[in-house]
Amino acid sequence: MIELEHVTKIYRLGTFGRRALRAVDDVSFRVAQGRVVSLIGESGSGKTTIGKMILRLIPLTSGRILFEGNDISALSGRALKDYYRKVQGVFQDPFSSYNPIFKADRIFRILKTEFFPTVGPQQWDKRIREVLSTVGLVPEEVLGKYPHQLSGGQLQRFLIARALLLDIQFLVADEIISMLDASTRIDVLNLLAELRNNRGLSILFITHDLSLAHYLSDEAIILYRGSIMESGDIEKVFQRPLHPYTQILLSSVPRLDQKWEETEIRLKVQEGKRTAGCPYYDRCYLAEKGKICADLKPQLVEAEEQHFVACHRFREIPKEVKHAAGQTRGTSLA
Amino acid sequence: MNILEVRDLRVYYQTIKGEVKALDGATFSVAEGEIMGLAGESGCGKSTLGRSLVLLKPPMKYVDGKVFLEGEPLPIWDREKMNAFRFAKVSLIPQYAMNALNPTKKIKRIFADILASRGIRLKQVLSELNWRFELVELPLEVLKMYPIELSGGMKQRVVMVLSTLLNPSLLIADEVTSALDVSTQKAVAKMLVEFRDQRFVKALIVITHDISLLYQIADTILVMYAGKFAEKGGTEEIISDPKHPYTRLLISSLPKIGVRYMETKLRGIPGHPPSLLEPPGGCRFRERCPEAFEKCGEEPPFITLDSTGRQVACWLITGNHD
Repeated sequence: MIELEHVTKIYRLGTFGRRALRAVDDVSFRVAQGRVVSLIGESGSGKTTIGKMILRLIPLTSGRILFEGNDISALSGRALKDYYRKVQGVFQDPFSSYNPIFKADRIFRILKTEFFPTVGPQQWDKRIREVLSTVGLVPEEVLGKYPHQLSGGQLQRFLIARALLLDIQFLVADEIISMLDASTRIDVLNLLAELRNNRGLSILFITHDLSLAHYLSDEAIILYRGSIMESGDIEKVFQRPLHPYTQILLSSVPRLDQKWEETEIRLKVQEGKRTAGCPYYDRCYLAEKGKICADLKPQLVEAEEQHFVACHRFREIPKEVKHAAGQTRGTSLA
Repeated sequence: MNILEVRDLRVYYQTIKGEVKALDGATFSVAEGEIMGLAGESGCGKSTLGRSLVLLKPPMKYVDGKVFLEGEPLPIWDREKMNAFRFAKVSLIPQYAMNALNPTKKIKRIFADILASRGIRLKQVLSELNWRFELVELPLEVLKMYPIELSGGMKQRVVMVLSTLLNPSLLIADEVTSALDVSTQKAVAKMLVEFRDQRFVKALIVITHDISLLYQIADTILVMYAGKFAEKGGTEEIISDPKHPYTRLLISSLPKIGVRYMETKLRGIPGHPPSLLEPPGGCRFRERCPEAFEKCGEEPPFITLDSTGRQVACWLITGNHD
């Protein structure tokens, strides 16, 4: 459905753009119909940039993004509008998506003028009520209110409802629940899962939270400094993490069922200058052994079926480390 | 010995519409060497509690209650008198502390200025400072840098060293790890424990919405809901055997690694917290509580203490069944 081919984004920084920042570096992946793919990374890993490029909010530096086989950068006019009927995004801060001086349901009116000018007002009203019920809101409670009168969870559901009115096929969900409270966030996640199951919606779920990603998705992509470190079937990545970075991430997540292992985490200053070699070189515990890590950027290779890793030395990772990070059910490691 | 004792503390916010009862009766104590986690959702009053112990300024309004630090009354209602305690005896790392560093000053200047305000010269504490930087894995060159040259995690560690430099009795850390990446979060959280072990601080209150983080580092957990005390007890007991229905529902709504929608569907807590402008009488969790009964609407529950030291504010526990 959506396919990224060697997508790269370079931001120009400094006076006259003399410094270049590779926010996204040669990233390729695809999201098939009805799949939920999690894009997992720390801040600055390029995950939001990828989402924005898919939504055509920022241009690519090189590479291509295909939607149903067509390059989206070539779309314009009607074709672009059609694209937005099918592909929509919802973002982190629901409060900043609304103009506080207008009522929150104004987003539906704008949508109608843009996309559905011919639909009669009564029919439109009916559609809105239907879609609000789908996302778990009671129309009477939320329509006609200003953004400050609604909670973050309600506003976020409003935005999902807005996307659903367009009959979308692909949703970019960028950290959509990180600003919601623990007691309500799980309901928004469940809503996404239901939309996938009932409507066949494909979702790119951008997050830094590994447990949320695991709860919801079919596949995972682990990003570090703009490059994919590891990707594949969610169970395989979480049960048998192959990349040192994924292992550190998984062992750092605070959990309620087990205490932190005594793994050491490097906090040394990162040298931002490195251009050749592995992006994770500075923080990797395996890297010191060999020179290859410093000189050559590893390519993504298929380590097992549906499980890819970009690391020169993943076969040398000691067994017990793998186990410490990957154990969720304990027995799956051979 | 108890480092901190808080008795029925009430702090409201003055707004045009009236008083927001953000903290409406908190009673608890923190023992020497204890790391107390203070958990709850946004708007439950946890940050108000933390802030009022250090700098209580408008629109915050002291209403009632007493606070004792190492047995001495802490005059939190008097900003002038609190100057003697602030930073020296009780210190706060606020939320987004990393953005609190003055961008026009080098780190060394920031340290010197704050110390000067307490009549201390940087030279006097320099060797101690060096060793603490080493402990948190910050290179000494950081002192010559501007805040903009540091990463989020580094700034957070600078603020941690700064706020504990005079060995305060009590340190309050308000969401210090929530803006950090998971691996940095773990390192910073472990440093808080290290600060206690090194006796830089005698007791710690860690405020966060992330209960699983508290499970890793806290000795005890206090849960708040809508400005009220809900439950306090040992970390293991709170997690494995929550007594208050709110704690129980909150913990069961958290996705754990290994739990998937396809296999186990988790549920949130329906409804939302009440408005604190005119909070309902009785128990504030009543409307969302699946186990609420008549009594819950009539009177707010007392805090009761059981034999294991667990404190719970819920009519189900307090009894009156017979």
